[in-house]
Amino acid sequence: MNGWETALKGLVDTLIVFVVLANMRLLGASRLGSCIRVVALQGILLGLIPLVSQGGHLGLRVVLQAAVSTVLKGIVFPALLIRAVRESGSRRELAPIVGYTPSLLTGGGLLALALWLGGRLPLPPTATSSLLVPVALFTIMVGLFMIVARRKAITQVLGYLAMENGIFAFGLAFAEKEPFLVEMGILLDAFMAVFVMGIMVYQINREFDHIDADRLSALKD
Amino acid sequence: MIVVAVVHVLLALLLAPLLPGVINRTKAALAGRRGQPLLQAYFDLGKLLRKDVVYSTTTTWVFRAGPSAALAALLVALAIVPFANARALLAFPGDLLLFAYLLGLARFSLVTAALDTGSSFEGMGASREVTFSALAEPALLLGLVAMAREAGSVSLSDVYTRLAPVSLVEGGGPVLLLVAAAFGVVYLAENARIPFDDPNTHLELTMIHEVLILDHSGPDLAFLQYGAALKLWLLGSLAVGILIPLHGAPPVPAMLGGLAGMFLLAVVTGVIESTMARLRLVRVPQLLVGATLLSLLALLMVLA
Amino acid sequence: MPLLLASLGVLLLGGLVALAWPGHGRGSGRVAAGSVFAAAVLGIIPAIRVLAGGNVMTLDLPWEMPLGSLSIGLDGLSAFFIIPILLLGAIAALYGAAGLRDGGPRRTVATSWLMYNVLIAGMLLVVVARNGMLLLLAWELMSVASFFLVMFEDGRPEVRRAGRTYLIATHIGTAGLLVMFLLLGRGCDTLDFNAFRIGEGGPRLSGIIFLLAIVGFGTKAGFVPLHGWLPEAHPAAPSHVSAVMSGVMIKTGIYGLLRVLTFLGPPPPWFGWVLVGIGAVSGVYGVLFALAQHDLKRLLAYHSVENIGIIALGIGVGLLGRSHHLPVVAVLGFGGALLHVFNHALFKGLLFLAAGAVAHAAHTREIDSLGGLLRHMPVTGASFLVGAVAICGLPPLNGFVSEAMVYLAAFCAATSATGSFAVSGVVVITALALIGGLAAACFTKAFGIVFLGEPRSAAAADAGEVAPAMRVAMVILAAGCGVVGLCAPLLPGAAAEAIRVASGASPAEMQTSVTWVAGSLRLVVLGAGALLVTFLGMALARRRLLARRRVVSAPTWDCGYAAPTTRMQYTASSYAHPLTSLLGLSGWTRREITTPVGLFPKEAHLRTTTPDPVQDGIYAPVFAAIGRFLLRFRPLQGGMIQLYVLYIALTLLILLAWKLG
Repeated sequence: MNGWETALKGLVDTLIVFVVLANMRLLGASRLGSCIRVVALQGILLGLIPLVSQGGHLGLRVVLQAAVSTVLKGIVFPALLIRAVRESGSRRELAPIVGYTPSLLTGGGLLALALWLGGRLPLPPTATSSLLVPVALFTIMVGLFMIVARRKAITQVLGYLAMENGIFAFGLAFAEKEPFLVEMGILLDAFMAVFVMGIMVYQINREFDHIDADRLSALKD
Repeated sequence: MIVVAVVHVLLALLLAPLLPGVINRTKAALAGRRGQPLLQAYFDLGKLLRKDVVYSTTTTWVFRAGPSAALAALLVALAIVPFANARALLAFPGDLLLFAYLLGLARFSLVTAALDTGSSFEGMGASREVTFSALAEPALLLGLVAMAREAGSVSLSDVYTRLAPVSLVEGGGPVLLLVAAAFGVVYLAENARIPFDDPNTHLELTMIHEVLILDHSGPDLAFLQYGAALKLWLLGSLAVGILIPLHGAPPVPAMLGGLAGMFLLAVVTGVIESTMARLRLVRVPQLLVGATLLSLLALLMVLA
Repeated sequence: MPLLLASLGVLLLGGLVALAWPGHGRGSGRVAAGSVFAAAVLGIIPAIRVLAGGNVMTLDLPWEMPLGSLSIGLDGLSAFFIIPILLLGAIAALYGAAGLRDGGPRRTVATSWLMYNVLIAGMLLVVVARNGMLLLLAWELMSVASFFLVMFEDGRPEVRRAGRTYLIATHIGTAGLLVMFLLLGRGCDTLDFNAFRIGEGGPRLSGIIFLLAIVGFGTKAGFVPLHGWLPEAHPAAPSHVSAVMSGVMIKTGIYGLLRVLTFLGPPPPWFGWVLVGIGAVSGVYGVLFALAQHDLKRLLAYHSVENIGIIALGIGVGLLGRSHHLPVVAVLGFGGALLHVFNHALFKGLLFLAAGAVAHAAHTREIDSLGGLLRHMPVTGASFLVGAVAICGLPPLNGFVSEAMVYLAAFCAATSATGSFAVSGVVVITALALIGGLAAACFTKAFGIVFLGEPRSAAAADAGEVAPAMRVAMVILAAGCGVVGLCAPLLPGAAAEAIRVASGASPAEMQTSVTWVAGSLRLVVLGAGALLVTFLGMALARRRLLARRRVVSAPTWDCGYAAPTTRMQYTASSYAHPLTSLLGLSGWTRREITTPVGLFPKEAHLRTTTPDPVQDGIYAPVFAAIGRFLLRFRPLQGGMIQLYVLYIALTLLILLAWKLG
């Protein structure tokens, strides 16, 4: 391995660390706006990884994939969500079910769990970075946690997006073997979800003057 | 080698009060003011040493001994911290524990002295001080473990002289960055800077460090302020030592590089203080837990 | 060996003479204290001789007891535990002889002294016994004696409750030990230790024996969740008894655990993990609940749980070092644990004695009613401060030395090992770091609120210094903390024999590890010396600066508030609140609050108590259910002696029929 490759590998590791930090920030963020920006940043970071990780051998597929996902997750989704927040005029505080500090501690626990699980998954060795699989798992877990532990409908969309980021990272670890179509399919899925949720949030808000998912349960009968 | 270490201790003793001066000048410059002279901290110390003292009738010898004990602990800690890629005066396996616990001793003396006044404000400051430092301790120690593992030694001097060559783009880069970030947070928290505590606030209810030393005066206060400057130097040099690669440099350029790093850190602190607001007290633990997580993440990366 | 037997004999004889001594109990105390002193001198000599590398001494006598023999022995491990037992026993007796005189009617005081001597003798016998039956007998002797000591003020309902809790807990532990010894001695016709075949019977049996040892000895030591009796019994007992119970009696549990581990051969890694887990939980749990307490002795009792946690962390990481063949970690872990046993005896004994002095002088242990005692009780206050600094593990005192050794063991594991072993080091370091910060919070609270500021009640304002003998006892222990701290480099060498027995390391491995750590400790002491010199220098400089200046006295500056009262000072509850609420204790804290009403409120009131969740959440319901079940058998207890004789006769008949049939 020459110096250039070592440097690139260090860069990938650094990017992955930033993905982890973004997850932590997401768990500790108290405002909708910063949550959205963090998830967007995470998407962009993940989009950069394939560009760096191939050691300079950039195929068209890789570039396309990176470009599409970065544009969607880094620009389109956040813009949609920010619009939804603004138009719903909801309060920008998150109103968490699990407090911020406990969320962070849970995050630490989940990270350790992900590292442990990542080491035990029967997967073919990945060329990119040994950290990628655990971090992918961690991101998925954090996404789920956001869906469970926050009240607002928007945070549920964000949790969903974080999960998608995790799946994307998982795909990155096996970029050689993973069919391109699966990844695009998931991305499309997420796109539809954001789109629908964005409209729905807007509608819910018009009807009920708030976007707390909690209170939707009042509609059950 | 010993000569270099002694010179480093002397430099720290001499230049530590300059750090708050640099921070204040940076803040003033960013706010469009001229600000106080760079040497203001020295002037203050000189003046305080020549002043009369007032002791509360409630206090006992604990209050009078507190500042001296705290300063003594910090001075000894200064002999353990390596600076500018040179070994410290006192270096042995496990010296990082002595360092952490000497800081603890300084805090213990300060807090008991504050409680000796019987004032509810100082009680409040003492309570906050121990709360936040209890949360900062794991961040510091776990960060040190990560570095110790990377360097293969449990001595601060070994750790800092061996890790300096690992420049940041190479293998240990992310680990060192994470630890440096965690130490940065610990540095801000332990030194009562924004976003943890506002050194310039005028409302006692929101203070942490300033309210602890509310009743001290004269030479005692001078000891405390000098101690605060030393603490800024100590924890600052831990963060700077990671970030500034000086490996292989001869002593004098390395020293200059280290000093430049320290004052750069002071400027950065000033910038942070000018651009951020103080956190609400209930949010402070969150940031400290975050710093612990950074250290833990670094450690997990080293272990993985 | 004759010296050791003489020591036991002097203890028992002294106890009996104390019981018979005429007068109002004062004489009993002097006799008992004198005998414990004599016994200490007699017993410590052979212990030191063994630790210095002398031969292991044994004595075997036949005994009529089935499976038993009067077999005692003195090796490094036993000798290491004998020293704190006798040392603290003697110093606490000195304190008690001065403090207990107005405690109650003569008979109670005299009986209590007999029990005190029996307790010390029982502990001595526990650590030298070389036969399971003998150990169990000594164990019971120790437990029952300490039960009677706890029940000293049996007129008070909370004392009776504490005594009951203690008796139940200790017998649950003994039950575990009985089964454990029978398993160890299966296939032999004796329970002599040297008849136990090491490591035989497969890993499953060793595992079961290990777990039984954890339950049996852990109940005495106070491992969470078996710690329930400590916060009840320690506050109820007279202070010199709490000092002995917390300082050394709970350590017999640690001794037993270490001894049983030597029977089990090379430990599998999960042994170490169990102890690391128990240690981390006990340590953090103990210090957290200590932080929430308002009763000074209850706070100290929870701190014993914390320190037992630190000891368990040391043993755990040491065991892992053994399993993974890293002798340095093993030696450091066991060494740190053993030295912490000794150090904790010094500073916890000191703190309990000082807490007793406070309760004696101010007639309350409620931290929030005290304050400003340092001016009225300078010696007690200064001693408490020394104990507080030591228990927080701060240099230059002894607490730092043993904690640093456990830390170093964990650091070595985390930096040089791989896989789960390295992770265990990280767990230990995280736990210790958290414990360290919280302990500092807890003891600045205990010292600051009790001894500093202004008195919060009339009783605290009128408190005066205690009797000279009590002060001497505290000063000896405080000096011990300092001396041990400054003799740190000698400690690993002095304890080497004990560490070797406990860790199973070879002499060569011992040699290298001890030399390595002693080298570090020498520089730690250099640092401590530099600290003292610098402090003296600063103090001198300050004095010279002040000599030429005016020194003015004025009231505390209260930020402009003109009419402060002493009740406005920060209280223990308010001091600890940020930490306890942050760390999730607020769910357990019960608040009784009367909020101020109207523009000129007359009265407001807030009272918080933090009960033990394990005690209230697990044991209380379980015991209540057992109690309800057993209530059904109430009719059997008719109160007629004839009926009871009938029961006995019936039982014997049935047993006979079963045996013959």
